[in-house]
Amino acid sequence: MTLNSESVIVNVGPQHPSTHGVMRLRVAFDGELVTDAEMVIGYLHRGSEKLAEERTFTQVVTLTDRMDYVASMTNNQAYILAVEKLAGIEPTPRGVWLRMISAELQRIVSHLVAVGFLLQDLGAMGTPLMYTMREREDVLDLFELLCGARITNSYHRPSGVFQDAPDEFWPRLELFMANMPGRIDEYEQLISGNEIILSRMRGVGVIQPDMMINASITGPMLRAGGVDWDLRHRQPYEYYDRVQFDRPIMDESDNYSRYLVRVYEMRESLKILRQCIDQIEPGPARDADVPFVIRPPEGDAYVPIEGPKGELGFYLVSDGGISPYRCKVRPPSLINLTLLREMVIGLPMAAMIVTFGTVDINMGEVDR
Amino acid sequence: MIGMGLMRGLAVTMKTAIRGPVTVQYPDRRVGLLGAAREADLSFFRFLVRRPKDAVKAVAGFATVEAKIVQGTRFRGQDFNWYEERCTGCASCAKFCPLGIIKIETSPSGKLQQEGEVFNIDVFDIDIGRCMFCGICVEVCPYDALHMGSGFERGQYERKNLVITVEELKAKKKTPSTWFRPQQEAAGYNPHSGEDRPWTEAGRHEQPGDKKLTERWVDER
Ligand code: SF4
Ligand code: SF4
Repeated sequence: MTLNSESVIVNVGPQHPSTHGVMRLRVAFDGELVTDAEMVIGYLHRGSEKLAEERTFTQVVTLTDRMDYVASMTNNQAYILAVEKLAGIEPTPRGVWLRMISAELQRIVSHLVAVGFLLQDLGAMGTPLMYTMREREDVLDLFELLCGARITNSYHRPSGVFQDAPDEFWPRLELFMANMPGRIDEYEQLISGNEIILSRMRGVGVIQPDMMINASITGPMLRAGGVDWDLRHRQPYEYYDRVQFDRPIMDESDNYSRYLVRVYEMRESLKILRQCIDQIEPGPARDADVPFVIRPPEGDAYVPIEGPKGELGFYLVSDGGISPYRCKVRPPSLINLTLLREMVIGLPMAAMIVTFGTVDINMGEVDR
Repeated sequence: MIGMGLMRGLAVTMKTAIRGPVTVQYPDRRVGLLGAAREADLSFFRFLVRRPKDAVKAVAGFATVEAKIVQGTRFRGQDFNWYEERCTGCASCAKFCPLGIIKIETSPSGKLQQEGEVFNIDVFDIDIGRCMFCGICVEVCPYDALHMGSGFERGQYERKNLVITVEELKAKKKTPSTWFRPQQEAAGYNPHSGEDRPWTEAGRHEQPGDKKLTERWVDER
């Protein structure tokens, strides 16, 4: 006997913990299997790109904090690099090292949040998330020492960072660096070998690498599909050509490999941090001759960086005035999300949520 | 073997369970009997004999002390510190605030005419209900008159109570954050110590440089 079943349309979100912010998924189900999925975004749209047009170049830094609020430092960095290219400003060496240190710390935070919330999506309520939040807290304390804010840092400035790191920052950073490898071991022990997680994540949400390249997906998601594409290595910006690090590449392109890539990248970030601390040189953290109000010459600039979630870039157009004529962001979260439909069709509801989690998006960045 | 991964994960959970907590209790921290005795500055037995009621409370878990949150000295807090002796009313802060939430009104005072006249600052409103504590106003202040605060407790029931007025700024005890004030950091100032920072020590350098002029400046205002 067969059952005649109609497909049911379910709205997931916009207010739901599994959607990582305010996003709505209209999903058509046949029984338990997804037959179609459509994402409805824009709930968190604040018009940052438009707002940037009426702020001076330095003021826009505060807006970039609020785009990907889990990774403010890398947003600052991407924006400042674009401004520096546009205005032809040469950063000071110490400023660049400090920017790299803060950006790598931020990458660890972003991956911690991704891993923690992924496990929450799997139904591991609390425990792994609390563990990752505990380490995140250490980094946020470091940020507080650096720049007085925990989330909305606004730390980077054209030509460097706004202020050199205080003396008490360095021992705290060493302490964090000493603790962190053991903590990552703990996550791996807790999560990586767990049979429930393996059975729910292995071979689920597979997406072909050529499809990802066509959809210009970047970041850990692409590297989990076996494509060796890391802008820190391919087009080194800042001083990434002076540090050695491995690029974790996986071949399976499933949820589990996307998770593993992030865990391995945290270790690589620690390696980069160690080299930055060894190579940082004394000197000014900022060029005092660069004024607060910058007037770049007419022209445009785009600098992509490897953000924690993928290629993050700011495209700035200047008409010679004090504020950008146009500011366009290339948000990795939004672009990585475009293949979601292809990834989730045919999966059960629970697996769809997990797949969504491994893409690691941030709604603040998707909607801007 | 199936199940080994699960067991290894559980081992981590158990290990963490016997580690001390990392969470900070706020606003009050609960103390036990020993802690309560220490708080009352009595030895354990004296505390039991002299304050039996408090001892019972402490055993039941109702004895609390105020929690101390350790913050960096650069913490950008809500209670802005403003030195009227330093401020010229130039309104750079108002101009460069990305949100435009600082309102300044000045009037000529007629004093110190040769030096370029001093202005009275009649209104200096900071609407921190909309402030994002970016600190740009502090960064651009040319005379180091405006500093970020160091606190974060300002819950209010109405938005209009979230406007810091000039009277409040004048009356406030000055505990400026060292954000963008390297001279304060070099002097080892910690705003969380609660030490009142006089205006003469808050700036990058003596403004204006001449000591005599400084004295006159203060006298005539
Ligand atoms: S901290 Fe930022 S938002 Fe707040 S008053 Fe100053 S410039 Fe404006
Ligand atoms: S606080 Fe500073 S920037 Fe603002 S009006 Fe006074 S001197 Fe000018």
